[in-house]
Amino acid sequence: MNVPDDLLYTESHEWIKREGEKIRVGISDHAQAELTDVVFVELPKIDRQVNAKEAIAVVESVKAASDIYAPVKGKVVEVNKALEADPGLINREPFGQGWIYVLKVDNADDLRNLKDAAAYRKQIGG
Amino acid sequence: MAETATKKTALYPEHVKLGAKMVPFAGWLMPVQYTGIVDEHQAVRKNIGMFDISHMGQFIVEGNDARAWLNTILTNNVEKLEAGRGQYTFLLNEKAGIIDDLIAYRIGGAKFLLVVNASRADEDLVWLKQHARDDVKIESRSANFGGVAIQGPGIGELFPELPARNHIVDRDFEGMPISIARTGYTGEDGVEVFFRNEDAAKFWNAVLEKGKPLGLKPCGLGSRDTLRLEMCYPLNGSDLSPERNPIEAGLGFFVDLTKPDFIGRDVLVKTKENGPREKLVPFKMKDKGPPPRPHYSVFGNGERIGEVTSGTLSPSLNWGVGMAYVSAPHAKIGTQIDIEIRGQKFPATIEKKPLYKKS
Repeated sequence: MNVPDDLLYTESHEWIKREGEKIRVGISDHAQAELTDVVFVELPKIDRQVNAKEAIAVVESVKAASDIYAPVKGKVVEVNKALEADPGLINREPFGQGWIYVLKVDNADDLRNLKDAAAYRKQIGG
Repeated sequence: MAETATKKTALYPEHVKLGAKMVPFAGWLMPVQYTGIVDEHQAVRKNIGMFDISHMGQFIVEGNDARAWLNTILTNNVEKLEAGRGQYTFLLNEKAGIIDDLIAYRIGGAKFLLVVNASRADEDLVWLKQHARDDVKIESRSANFGGVAIQGPGIGELFPELPARNHIVDRDFEGMPISIARTGYTGEDGVEVFFRNEDAAKFWNAVLEKGKPLGLKPCGLGSRDTLRLEMCYPLNGSDLSPERNPIEAGLGFFVDLTKPDFIGRDVLVKTKENGPREKLVPFKMKDKGPPPRPHYSVFGNGERIGEVTSGTLSPSLNWGVGMAYVSAPHAKIGTQIDIEIRGQKFPATIEKKPLYKKS
């Protein structure tokens, strides 16, 4: 499984890319493989204030619906509208065009609690 | 709910070799997909797919009285079943609740093969033995036999000289004794093949090889579920349960009420007379949106009228579809309903079976 070194990760399989005061969030290659074919994505609303570990999006595969969590406290500033027309982007490019939302982080220190690639690799047994 | 899977079918090593994603199902470790659910679904609709169904229970019922006795235990009419044929039927409790749905094959004059759901196999066997007569022998051969379903429009090219629909024949396949039944759970033409466990891997690999030029793919439980749901074939444990009877499930066709006596008959006669309180109906979402899922509430005119039992995004239609039990007055084809998904109501329409028709 692909686990890029330049990203941070959560226990619940989101990846996080730092972009200044903002973070871009998606789900890992491991998560998309576990979920199987993604057929629907419910995106969070722009400007929504979210807390760490709050369920803010839903990714649905043929089999089941899975919650996507906010890694840290912040505000949703961008969502990936392309997923509405092509949810399979999450399967095909989990770390690229399959990103889900961008969060403006309240406190950058909160990011310290996230896993690095080595720790996430260990979690998924890869 | 964590399931502890302990049992592996004889084909387990083949699934692992093919890189299948294995999941616990009804006490078995089974492949949910090899390459992808949608991909495998399309293989069955367009070409051909092969599923391991070795987890299903296989019982042999034998004896001079076997036919007459089975006719008191199963809902369909076993007396009408000629040798070499199978019929879809139900095993009911005294309240006409569904213990299991199964196919009963008459494989000899006084010999039957019952193929039952993996999730109910143990329970079925106990029930059958409890109700058996002295001169009827009931034996599970599940520990020694496996099976595969090979389904899709390419089946005729793969197996020339197929038995007729619902017929079962014994054949020799490259030195292996197998039984081929022209049955299935996908809505496509196809067969279910039963073989001894020692032949399982050899048979599986021979078919994979032979099917390659025809686009045959190994298929997992994921596509098995989406394929059956498009056809509105029920899944026991989701759409059927001991709290539901076959008439409520819309499957009265497989119940012969003209038979003088079988377990559950009295209740079914009453249900038929009074009409069921709730009915299992297929539905289709009105708009593109989140797919329906089991246990979502169903509303009619703002009132809760039932619950979804199966739901998914149909890979063939690329649209949300499902089945739900709804109160009888709302069960008519064309009725507008709402499915509640994460607190929001989404409109849907009650449809005719099946949800998917070949064009």
